[in-house]
Amino acid sequence: MTNYILRKFKNRLFFILCAVCVVIAVIPLLSILYEVVSRGAPQLSINFITQKDADGGIGPAIQGTLILIGLTSVVGIPLGVLSGVYLAEFGNNKYAASIRTVNDVLTEFPSIVVGITAFGVVVLGIMGSYSPLAGAVALSFILIPIVARTTEESLKLVPNSVREAALALGVHKWRTTLSVVLPAAKGGLVTGTLLAIARIAGETAPLIMTVLGNAYFFQGFSSPMDALPLRIWRDSLQPYANLQAQGWGAALVLILIVLSLNIAVRMASRGRLRR
Amino acid sequence: MNNKNKETTVNIEQVRPDAKMQSITLNAWFGSKQALKEINLTVEANAVTAIIGPSGCGKSTFIRCLNRMHELVPNARMSGQVLLDGKNIYSNETDPVQIRRRVGMVFQKPNPFPTMSIFDNVAAGLKLTGTKKGQNLDEIVKKSLQQATLWDEVKDDLKKPGTSISGGQQQRLCIARAIALQPEVILMDEPCSALDPVATAKIEELIVSLKHDYTVVIVTHNMQQAARVSDFTTFLYLGELVEYGDTRSMFENPKSEITEKYITGKFG
Repeated sequence: MTNYILRKFKNRLFFILCAVCVVIAVIPLLSILYEVVSRGAPQLSINFITQKDADGGIGPAIQGTLILIGLTSVVGIPLGVLSGVYLAEFGNNKYAASIRTVNDVLTEFPSIVVGITAFGVVVLGIMGSYSPLAGAVALSFILIPIVARTTEESLKLVPNSVREAALALGVHKWRTTLSVVLPAAKGGLVTGTLLAIARIAGETAPLIMTVLGNAYFFQGFSSPMDALPLRIWRDSLQPYANLQAQGWGAALVLILIVLSLNIAVRMASRGRLRR
Repeated sequence: MNNKNKETTVNIEQVRPDAKMQSITLNAWFGSKQALKEINLTVEANAVTAIIGPSGCGKSTFIRCLNRMHELVPNARMSGQVLLDGKNIYSNETDPVQIRRRVGMVFQKPNPFPTMSIFDNVAAGLKLTGTKKGQNLDEIVKKSLQQATLWDEVKDDLKKPGTSISGGQQQRLCIARAIALQPEVILMDEPCSALDPVATAKIEELIVSLKHDYTVVIVTHNMQQAARVSDFTTFLYLGELVEYGDTRSMFENPKSEITEKYITGKFG
């Protein structure tokens, strides 16, 4: 009987420990969110999100961030997904093992180094100027390893019996992967890709070296461009209260963009067969 | 993979041209562990051949050698020959994908494609292998489901997910999926082991009806099942073929002592 009470006590103690840790972990997140919303929300207006800097808006930064997300996704998602497919479905060899290790290192690579690399190769070399393309290249370096890793992980969760079922029907390996395994892993793929996009949407360091920032709307692929993280960074360095306030507003807009992207993609990818 | 068959020159007398499939000195390994030893077995056309034996005796490995699924397991290899209509399916010019279209398979656990509807599950083989040949897909799906005795139960729910029906229905769906490709041989790896008695009875009835159009090889743990559905029975023990014969005489009058012990339930 005493044993039972002791065990119950230990059980309760462990539960309380876990709950306390969750609370401690969540406090900073919620307080950041509270700060951003309470300081940023008063800034929001049609004028604020559509006009250029001189007219008191952050339009160029929003436009730039959307362009960067678009360019990076178009290049990075197919590359990342296919790399992940290779690692998961054809990765039973020594090359894949080293690729996996390198990929893991790249996932945690300091983003400023990625920025300097893109600066050296694209800004100084290929384009000869600051460019949205350089920014997209730098962000792709960050996005691809994350997408590749999450793709591999979600493909590995698809039971082998599903692959065998298709192969035993005389379906080729590539077709099995494309039409059976990838659809079965769709949930994980979507989540992983969205996390990667959220991550690059907030990257600042590589953008300083590649798109530089701009007070005007998009001016072509060989000119500097603005982006929300750059705008937040610039505004935060200003001594003027109104510009600081605009920075808070920009931060809130960035969070809202990532959030709405998340919701939109999830709605669109919710297939009729998912229960 | 060792498909070269260095040491196995086929003895002409061994080959039975009228048999649907035949294994000749078939050996199989997982890594360094030998799972099958020198198996010589004939699979008669339009008959049900049952393979029985205790767990780990190589039953599943054997039938996976018959449609080249064995080689998909990492570190697995084999030697010897398997003839399909007298031709070695392990010869260098043979495409395993083509063999698997001719020799279909039903697995132990029902494994319908999770993202596809009932209709698409049955049509999957035709769609994904590109062997539609302008045939009427609706017609083939209906016929396959009818042959698998599932049509009446699902005809109004063809759009529902393949995983939404019961386990026994899922297994019949998997059989329909295999039938849709019109294979010559259907391999079944303990198809009823995950099913309740009612579903098992339905599948057994189905197996017997299938032999008019197909050659069936079934692996089973269940001796009564082998006795009920099969025309020929093979007893494997520790990777070796102990006894082969027509089912009736094997169960009534086993030649080997170890077979008798197994079928009377003294071990296994």
